Amino acid sequence: MAELSLSISDLHAFYGDSHVLHGVTLDVPAGEVVTIVGRNGAGKTTTLRSIMGMIEKRTGSITISGQNVIASPPEKIARLGVAYVPEERGIYATLDVTENLMLPRKVNDSGMTLEKIYELFPNLHARRNSQGTRLSGGEQQMLAIGRVLRTGASLFLLDEPTEGLAPVIVQQIGKAIELMKAQGHTILLVEQNFRFAAKITDRHYVMERGRVIDMIPRADVEKRAGQIQQYLGI
Amino acid sequence: MSTQVLFGQLLVGLINGSFYALLALGFAIIFGLLGIINIAQGTFYMIGAFGGWMLLNYFGLGYWWGLLLAPLIAGIVGMALEKTLISRMYKLDHIYGLLLTYGLMMFIMGTFIYFFQTAPRPYPVPPELQGGYNLGFMFLPKYRAWVVLVSLTFCLGTWFVIEKTSVGRNLRAATENPMLTRAFGINVPALLTFGFGIGVALAGLGGVLAGPIYSVSPIMGGDLVIVVFAIVVVGGMQSILGAVITGLSLGVLEGLTKVFYAQGANMVIFVIMFIVLMVKPAGLFGQEK
Repeated sequence: MAELSLSISDLHAFYGDSHVLHGVTLDVPAGEVVTIVGRNGAGKTTTLRSIMGMIEKRTGSITISGQNVIASPPEKIARLGVAYVPEERGIYATLDVTENLMLPRKVNDSGMTLEKIYELFPNLHARRNSQGTRLSGGEQQMLAIGRVLRTGASLFLLDEPTEGLAPVIVQQIGKAIELMKAQGHTILLVEQNFRFAAKITDRHYVMERGRVIDMIPRADVEKRAGQIQQYLGI
Repeated sequence: MSTQVLFGQLLVGLINGSFYALLALGFAIIFGLLGIINIAQGTFYMIGAFGGWMLLNYFGLGYWWGLLLAPLIAGIVGMALEKTLISRMYKLDHIYGLLLTYGLMMFIMGTFIYFFQTAPRPYPVPPELQGGYNLGFMFLPKYRAWVVLVSLTFCLGTWFVIEKTSVGRNLRAATENPMLTRAFGINVPALLTFGFGIGVALAGLGGVLAGPIYSVSPIMGGDLVIVVFAIVVVGGMQSILGAVITGLSLGVLEGLTKVFYAQGANMVIFVIMFIVLMVKPAGLFGQEK
């Protein structure tokens, strides 16, 4: 399957009456890793949810490999080969670990098998019959990532995959994301852990108050380190 | 009192419990999946019974065809209503769904009363299931044993499909987190239509089964839904297992009350509901929030 590219222009999104995104414009070329950084409440999660079609009130244009999906329902967008790992992980309490892994609908046969996913995350195999939400935070994150590796998707939207995790688990999650990148997949990452993100990211977008205010390509990260710290309020 | 009377009422309780279980199961599926309190559940029971009666009287199709087709008819009517009307209620408070289905119940029941009046119409027991067994302590009519058997089979079958198959996995996921489930490529709106169809088809099945015992009438499901609602509250609003177990056991309890304190038979289920709501508001099998 050809890798997907993503292009967003002038995206506005609303929760009820509150206007959350004010014209977001960004590009994720096929096969690249793009990271959105910014403080809490800047609109990063809303951007990912809008791409996935999970915010009903949205305007502007979102094109996935040339196809405008601004009016498409989430299931249509997923079936184009887009996979989503939500910030809150979204593990189902009424499904066991294997059922959680098997839930997302396959888009093609290029994804990993259940066995391969268990090889990548042996913890999950050990707990395969447990109720999804009985897992530790780290295991739930492995499950959330493992779950999208099976479908054959080629555009991944990852929302803070390392948030609140112990360093050893961050390493394991990092391994999975590097594997996605090595396979040439396109990744749009929201990440507070800048050090973690900088290692794999091709370009950073900085968001503030529902807008993209800057773009920093990989080559400029070092020389603009001071400015980045200022953006993130560190 | 004779054991004849005791076992007789136990059987009546078990029969009623079978109908309660079928309707409550459908009710619980619909509430869990769609968030709709389907007051029209008894109406689909009536539609199932009339479906069987019409197939017999207008098309010459007997009981076995009725058993197969009437639940299907109830399910298709249900799916059409979900697509056109009920799906508009999902973003609103539960009370709107309740009011809409209440209105549907009045409309459908009224239409049937207009065309068929309220007098019960007989729907015969099929020849294969006439007669019964003498168990020594009581006489067990074949048809009544059949009703309990079919009801239990469908309740267990539904439980199995929901807990052990991929369709059930998708249904559970859609119940728990519909939006995220859509983001995993699953067509949740279609699943909701299907779930509503299954929920009311179970009521329709109950209706055909009930036809030979209670006869067929437009008002047959009206009172039943109140009892079924109480049962689902006792079992836990979304609990599949709770609906089935509570339906059967409260049916039996109601039967026993008839033996020991006949005056209380009509209210025992509501007394139980009252106590359960005081002690465990989420229901016996429900999850506390």
